[in-house]
Amino acid sequence: MTMSSSRPRESDAVAEVVVRADVPMTRLKQKHLLGIADLSPEEIVLILDTATAMQEIAHRPIKKVPTLRGRTVVNLFFEPSTRTRTSFEVAEKRLSADTLNVAIATSSVVKGETLVDTALNLEAMSPDMIVMRHASSGACHLLSRICKSKIINAGDGMHEHPTQALLDAFTIRSHKGRLGGLKVAIVGDLLHSRVLRSNVLLLTKLGADVWLCGPPTLVPPGIERLGVTVTSNVETAVADADVIMMLRIQLERMQGAFFPSLREYFQVFGMTEERVRLARPDAIIMHPGPMNRGVEIASEVADGASSVILEQVANGVAVRMAVLYLLAGGVEHETAA
Amino acid sequence: MRRLLKGGRVVDPANGVDGAFDVLIDGDRISRVGRDLPVDEGVQVIDVPKGFVVVPGLIDMHVHLREPGQEHKETIATGARSAVAGGFTAVACMPNTTPVNDSASITELMLKKAAEANLARVYPIGAVSRGSQGELLADIAELHKAGCCAISDDGKPVATALLMRRALEYASMFAMPVIDHCEDASLKGDGVAHEGFVASTLGLRGLPAAAETVMVQRDVTLAGLTGGHFHLAHMSVRGALRAVREGKSQGFPVTCEVAPHHFVLTDTYLESPIQYDTNCKMNPPLREQADMDAMIGGIVDGSVDVISTDHAPHHSDEKLQEFDRAPFGIVGLETCVPLVLDRLVHAGHISLTRAIELLSVNPARIIRRPGGSLAEGQVADITVLAPDATVTVVASKLRSKSKNTPFDGWTLRGAAAATIVGGRTVFINPDVAGAATFA
Repeated sequence: MTMSSSRPRESDAVAEVVVRADVPMTRLKQKHLLGIADLSPEEIVLILDTATAMQEIAHRPIKKVPTLRGRTVVNLFFEPSTRTRTSFEVAEKRLSADTLNVAIATSSVVKGETLVDTALNLEAMSPDMIVMRHASSGACHLLSRICKSKIINAGDGMHEHPTQALLDAFTIRSHKGRLGGLKVAIVGDLLHSRVLRSNVLLLTKLGADVWLCGPPTLVPPGIERLGVTVTSNVETAVADADVIMMLRIQLERMQGAFFPSLREYFQVFGMTEERVRLARPDAIIMHPGPMNRGVEIASEVADGASSVILEQVANGVAVRMAVLYLLAGGVEHETAA
Repeated sequence: MRRLLKGGRVVDPANGVDGAFDVLIDGDRISRVGRDLPVDEGVQVIDVPKGFVVVPGLIDMHVHLREPGQEHKETIATGARSAVAGGFTAVACMPNTTPVNDSASITELMLKKAAEANLARVYPIGAVSRGSQGELLADIAELHKAGCCAISDDGKPVATALLMRRALEYASMFAMPVIDHCEDASLKGDGVAHEGFVASTLGLRGLPAAAETVMVQRDVTLAGLTGGHFHLAHMSVRGALRAVREGKSQGFPVTCEVAPHHFVLTDTYLESPIQYDTNCKMNPPLREQADMDAMIGGIVDGSVDVISTDHAPHHSDEKLQEFDRAPFGIVGLETCVPLVLDRLVHAGHISLTRAIELLSVNPARIIRRPGGSLAEGQVADITVLAPDATVTVVASKLRSKSKNTPFDGWTLRGAAAATIVGGRTVFINPDVAGAATFA
């Protein structure tokens, strides 16, 4: 099988985007995707609708469209990541972008180079987009001020992980048909979670009723000002919920005296089948991964009929394709090419 | 040489003076202050332009001059140049240099560099503990003899209650204040921004207000126990102010200072106009509105003794980093006077007299150094203010070697027009019309 003989009809995916995008907006106002905070509800819906079109590509025998042919995307990962990095890479390849993976272990950072110098060196090779994961909150904002490339935030410190929230919203919408009015319970380490912050921003923008639950030691001060309800009673949080979203408990948090033991954490906050029964019968169970089975979630729940955890992973590719496509210029770019 | 500053408004709170007076300088001393002084032969007459105000030289008792050891950020010479450009005739420099100023030899080096620069007076502050390690007392008598005006482990708190007690007791022999950067290390953790809603949404690790308050409460209690003078560096939270007020009401020897950024900015500047602006990263961090309001309240009601800048130069390479990796601190010497005049005096919070108490009278009294007064026989350290001059802060034009200011581009009403140290004009502000009169 060669590229030339197997090339799909190039305009398929794009045509579908145009047809399915029944919102007035057809492109993003933002140059970068730094966080959900910068997106309007209309832009979020545009990304989700575009992802619906992109999802179809995964079901074709030839999972590739030429949309980003000739574009270079750098995946700059300063933190270990399996799911997000591979998801972006698959998305980029399905859109025919040239991808370049730069991981911290092989980069100059270990030689003491600053983030700014690393970025400027990569820029000298004229990439179109940089997808970055970094341990420092705001690292992508710094990059966006010094780079000409478009920046996609693949997770910055404890700040945001916008594509995770978008794929979570996509998954919820595909099951519930909407986001507005749903009760979403998010349970776990709220303080250190960038997934939490992006999800709160997105879900509240689209009108969901968001409940946060965790021990008071792991609640970001003032977070209720974002229009969410905070409780440390997990039964209250999940009661009649449409969606239960679990957050990872990092095993080293015990050292910071955030909670006494993993055993006690599971007793108080772990998502068991008994607790899931308090939610609506059609509730879905989500987790951004990687999971700690038996710590924040029982295996029976993670693998149960209500779990959509692997679906989230599959949807991640479609959502990231949508983001790449829209940031590259969307419809307008394609006609120019 | 004798010089006569003629016809200006003189504000000299230490001597109860506010009005149109002439000031006669003889050599490096104030000779006379009076109305319509006669013009003797050989006297250089300087007609003070209308609207200018002659005040005792401003003293910043909390700066970091980085020399020895970090001369890429600032030197004593560039720091002194920045000081006089900001209207300061004297500065007290913190001991967190490399090596730490915990010995006479370092103090003497600083004084020698300051004498060579021959601009602002520089008063070194010695370390409380050897190497500022928080374990053994530094040689405080030696530091005092070499010329240190106070002791501090600034940059870090005095590590333990026992060490603080001993420092207060021991330094009282020399009537030196112990200046403490109050921050409980365990509560502080690895925080980088004020703990609250803004840090929560930006995903920045929090520095809780309580970390400052609990140590201020400790130190106020110890000042009461020992009778030693505790001076609280860069107060930023309302809980600390309450503790200071309580100590003062008990008659304990407690004084405190506030930096301009803590009465002008809040943590919302971390979000806009520049997200994660490392020039808004300092320690103590920018706090919330209620704290900023409390600082202004303390400045107004007299609870706050001093405004000092915590001038903390850092190279642009160091600030052009991820927020949590960038160093804490901003430069402040050249923006202090415009901020005080614009945001406190013109805003109607305090009088010019009160501003001079905070910037000159009280710091001179606390570190027991000359100045703070235009009395006859005093050193002729004089700052000339142009309270109605409008100036725009341009970071790249700062005289400091470092440009790390959050006030770049700010237009403010009020500036220092000229700075006179020991009778000699050491700075004329080119951005203030009429300032050249003082040449």
